Amino acid sequence: MTWTKTHLVGIEDLTKEELETIFRVTAAFKGILGRSVKKVPALRGKTVVNLFLEPSTRTRVAFEVAAKRLSADVVTITGSASSVIKGETLRDTALNIQALNADILVIRHTAAGSPAYLSRLTRIPVINAGDGAHEHPTQALLDCFTMREHLGDLKGKKVTILGDILFSRVARSNIWALTKMGADVTVAGPSTLVPETFARFGVTVSHDLRSALADADVVMLLRIQHERQSSTHFPSLGEYTSMFGLNKTRASWLKPEAIIMHPGPINRGVEIDSELADSGRSVILQQVTNGIAARMAVLYLCSGGSPEVLGENEDG
Amino acid sequence: MDKRAIWIRNGRVIDPASGRDQVGDVFVAGGTIRDRLTPAQKKDVHEIDASGLVVCPGLVDIHVHLREPGQTHKETIGTGSRAAAAGGFTTIVCMPNTAPPADNAGTIQYILDTIRRDAVVNVFPTGCITEKMEGQNLAPIGSLKRAGVVAITDDGLCVQDNEIMRRAVEYADMFGLLVMDHCQDAALTRNAVMNEGYWSLHLGLKGWPGAAEDVIVSRNVILSTLTGARIHCQHISSANAVDIIRRAKQRGVSITAEACPPHLALTDAELKTYDTHFKMNPPLRTEEDRRALIEGIKDGTLDCVATDHAPHTDYEKDQEFDYAPFGIIGLETALAVTLEALYHSGELPLTDTLDLLTRKPANIVRLEKGTLAKGADADITVFNPDETWEVDPTRFFSKSANSPWNYRSLKGRVRTTIVGGRIVYHNGEIPDDG
Repeated sequence: MTWTKTHLVGIEDLTKEELETIFRVTAAFKGILGRSVKKVPALRGKTVVNLFLEPSTRTRVAFEVAAKRLSADVVTITGSASSVIKGETLRDTALNIQALNADILVIRHTAAGSPAYLSRLTRIPVINAGDGAHEHPTQALLDCFTMREHLGDLKGKKVTILGDILFSRVARSNIWALTKMGADVTVAGPSTLVPETFARFGVTVSHDLRSALADADVVMLLRIQHERQSSTHFPSLGEYTSMFGLNKTRASWLKPEAIIMHPGPINRGVEIDSELADSGRSVILQQVTNGIAARMAVLYLCSGGSPEVLGENEDG
Repeated sequence: MDKRAIWIRNGRVIDPASGRDQVGDVFVAGGTIRDRLTPAQKKDVHEIDASGLVVCPGLVDIHVHLREPGQTHKETIGTGSRAAAAGGFTTIVCMPNTAPPADNAGTIQYILDTIRRDAVVNVFPTGCITEKMEGQNLAPIGSLKRAGVVAITDDGLCVQDNEIMRRAVEYADMFGLLVMDHCQDAALTRNAVMNEGYWSLHLGLKGWPGAAEDVIVSRNVILSTLTGARIHCQHISSANAVDIIRRAKQRGVSITAEACPPHLALTDAELKTYDTHFKMNPPLRTEEDRRALIEGIKDGTLDCVATDHAPHTDYEKDQEFDYAPFGIIGLETALAVTLEALYHSGELPLTDTLDLLTRKPANIVRLEKGTLAKGADADITVFNPDETWEVDPTRFFSKSANSPWNYRSLKGRVRTTIVGGRIVYHNGEIPDDG
């Protein structure tokens, strides 16, 4: 197990071995979270700044909790409270955060490529917490970690991602991660949100729900993002639900032991039937919990933590 | 000002307009090309040894943004015309998207006064098609013509209303005034920042289909057919658009088109690091599109090369990709990039390549430029087609340095630029600037 990366900009940049390293460290931290004292001193004396220039609840809180479990000091800056709305450029904001002695910068931004841009400007590690429709690497890490808990090795497993693929950074990061892990990925949804060009990423593109869901081990639903797309991509939410929403009948096409995933926030009755979201096949809340351990792993590794040391502690 | 005669010796003289391509001399006196110098002129002559160099008509660029008035932090008529001189361009046509826009005779007069005072090359202004380039009401096109514009265009804000566009070309044609159109359907490109395709999906950036260009090019073909008026399509970037223009020309439709060096040389794969120096409008497209543009150049479908020189400051470009403005500078790299894409690559002979930068663009806007014929204005460019140089962003004459070729190596370097018999650029210097 080795780790040499400083930044986590995207899953695209990681090797399969690096993914395995993150999963192992995630498992170790998950073990710690199960203890009565849920805190380790790994990042004591370090400051993690969460710069969230786009609304977020789950990811922001998960990063805050993860940093606190590692004993870091945490400062969260949200879009409305930042100087960006006073006209400061992202470059200047980031350099000021660095000058304030931050040790790690976690960035969420509506503009794709912003973390890559910042990683070239700053000396401190930059962690991508979601950039536009580009990548959401920690989401894919927690998703794959959750899948492995249920399915073991992902090689040859059929994972269907259903919904708004075009605007989804979650889909992109999962496509990179899952194809590196050897899974068979299908992306499904209306043709306007799932362009054929996605086939060039080594996935199957489908607009036929039956074949997309047939014998799938995992179905991952994506929210229809009202705020990101113009209204021209499909006629109405009602039509979307009737054509592509996951209901009990359609869920019966999956493998019997298949799991249902969703990065949240879910829109009950739109992309997923409410009962299914609460059913035993749904691992949606496990994903959220695993999100803490996965982000602890990323903060730990990118700030120079040794995967071996942690592994030994865990064994002991 | 150097009023002496000029004797350019032993160069490879290429004049696409006359078909001349031979090693020889070019003589200049009194601001015009001569076939010889008198003994008196020879006594006090400025000699330029052009051995191993190409001597051609001064380059002509019909698509330049000089940002004056109103955006002089990016460029001025003074700096932009110096960039032109350094790039071998002796005649440039500037776009009207200034602040305020050049939609009235007063602003054109201001631009012409500034040109007279500050420019070191020939600069010809264009005016707007519609008031404030809003696409709603026609600008005073007749008054603009009288004030001295050589064409009208709403440049980056393509007129969307087909009725307005129809009347604009019909009305401008009465004055023999060319309409230049930046072909972009606004609805198909809302919030788009790069070519739609594999790379836009990969990078998660909003894609801009070639169809947004094709739709407007088709519209222009149809309106030109309806009115009989000529429309010039600016910076063609899509393979389908090339095909549409090709078919229209075969039917005799009066349509012309230009290609820009970046679209001939680069593709959207360059955007993979989100470098905003590759963000332009229209966007860099695929290798298939790039090949189609070169084929279009070769068979005459595309009439000329123009730079769309679009200066922006470093702090404007140094932003998130979505927020950075579209556009790159091009005057100081265009000759080399065009030579690489068309001549060094073996696609076109040197004469034909230079034709795209001299006679042909001059003809499109009906300027008496782009030739070394006896009696012509002594606008001359001397360059070494084989010299390799590294693009240094700190050495641009342009006020801005937003070039995708920064730190890259290019083949083909301008040595001397002469405008109206006056040396305005020589070996890295603008002589009159001391």
